[in-house]
Amino acid sequence: MVRTEKLVFEYEKRDEEGNVIGTSRAIDQVDIDVKEGQFIAILGHNGSGKSTLAKHINAILVPTEGTMWVNGRNTSDPSELWNVRQSAGMVFQNPDNQIIGTVVEEDVGFGPENLGVPTDEIWQRVEESLKAVGMIEYRHHSPNKLSGGQKQRVAIAGVVAMEPKCIVLDEPTAMLDPVGRREVLKTVQKLRQQKQVTVILITHYMEEVVDADKVYVMDHGHVVMAGTPREIFSRVDELKSYRLDVPQATLLADELKKRGLKLSDGILRKEELVRALCQLN
Amino acid sequence: MIRDITIGQYYPAKSVIHRLDPRVKLTSTLLYLISLFLFKSISGYLIATVFLALVIRVSRVPLSFIVRGLKPVIMLLMITVLFNLFLTRSGEVLFHAWIFTITEGGLVTAVYMAVRLIYLIIGSSLMTFTTTPNELTDGIEALLHPLNKVRVPVHEVAMMMSIALRFIPILLEETDKIMKAQIARGADLESGNMIQRAKSMIPILVPLFVSAFRRANDLAMAMEARCYRGGEGRTKMKPLRYRSRDYTAYVVMAVYLVTVVVIGRYVPLHVWVF
Repeated sequence: MVRTEKLVFEYEKRDEEGNVIGTSRAIDQVDIDVKEGQFIAILGHNGSGKSTLAKHINAILVPTEGTMWVNGRNTSDPSELWNVRQSAGMVFQNPDNQIIGTVVEEDVGFGPENLGVPTDEIWQRVEESLKAVGMIEYRHHSPNKLSGGQKQRVAIAGVVAMEPKCIVLDEPTAMLDPVGRREVLKTVQKLRQQKQVTVILITHYMEEVVDADKVYVMDHGHVVMAGTPREIFSRVDELKSYRLDVPQATLLADELKKRGLKLSDGILRKEELVRALCQLN
Repeated sequence: MIRDITIGQYYPAKSVIHRLDPRVKLTSTLLYLISLFLFKSISGYLIATVFLALVIRVSRVPLSFIVRGLKPVIMLLMITVLFNLFLTRSGEVLFHAWIFTITEGGLVTAVYMAVRLIYLIIGSSLMTFTTTPNELTDGIEALLHPLNKVRVPVHEVAMMMSIALRFIPILLEETDKIMKAQIARGADLESGNMIQRAKSMIPILVPLFVSAFRRANDLAMAMEARCYRGGEGRTKMKPLRYRSRDYTAYVVMAVYLVTVVVIGRYVPLHVWVF
């Protein structure tokens, strides 16, 4: 679905007159491979290159070197641009800055309008996607009066209405309160089950990646770790060296293990830890 | 103070006027404004008044709400009236003191001008009271569509207008936040004369502009990510369609225009009040 081969992206550094004085590599030799229907998480600290990578999937940025394929299409090919953007929808961090319409339903219709979908079908798609994110009763509201979590759900509906094969969420919960975060994550889970859509979640909250099929950890433009959440979170010390936190349950289990308790590796959830502790005696 | 300005606001109500196609409302308003300058006799004013009163009645927008919209332009109104009153010299002199002279002709023009201006404002604000900003931009886009041929980017302009409308409340909120942040840092925004107060706005405007540009950048990216590529090949979720009531409205407007021009021009019903 999404595949990269030796992907490199360089930002140009400019001095005050706008002359190029050098380049800095935001992404360096990245190889990832995402299969259809998977839930992929990309983790990384600020400046690790994870957002830059996300923008490549939607062809907002194109690789300096290497290639990126989305749904079998090369994103560097300008003639494929709109196909790439249609098959990989993108949800951004700031809910206010990605809602275009002045009414919820008009915003959701924005994508299909751009694709040239006939009017009747737009209405059908808008209704379906608003139902899928649970925002149908707000269809006539102004986006300004919604909470952060609700706005993000509208943004997700706007992407779903374009019927993409893959949804990229670039830190969708970074600006939300805990309630909003839970709302958004639940919506993403529900969408995955209903529409079998591929999800690529970019985040630095560890709790959000527990359900992922595969996790990539990025640092300084490189993919430094890759594997299932269980594999990744069993390497607590390594994660810490990339300035990433592990879920609390995992951290506690790790500390206990170091003190001599016999616990299995890669405990992810509170319930798992409780069960493991109860089985000790 | 900003709340007092009712011009350009939408007044939600369920009336025939509200349901009319925005194109009908735009053209009718324009025609009405032009019609105000097409007659010279009292009979014309009578017809224009009756027509406006009828439309207000049908629109179900309360008169008090409409009158409130006149408040911010009262100064402008007074100035035009005074100028007309003292500078027009024709007919019998009614009053003379030092350099001020009021003539019969001056009084008549002043009153007519005031009535015209008030009707102008009421007429145009009635359109915005009964049309949502979205419908308005859609209407403008549709009406200006022919300009596309002479390379005027009509769709883009309409899109900019609707985005501006969406961001007004967001930027107002942001201004409020920045003001509070600057006050918390000891900024004095209230005291001093005009120039000092204007200067103290700088620490508010600079961050506001920076953030507005950042937002614009983000929004442009989000629009591109959702396949926005200008007006070509775009379909509409809510296309404008004329219904029978819209044609009726056009007919009513045409009848009004003909009456006002014919009667207002050729039936000189001069009823002088003095």
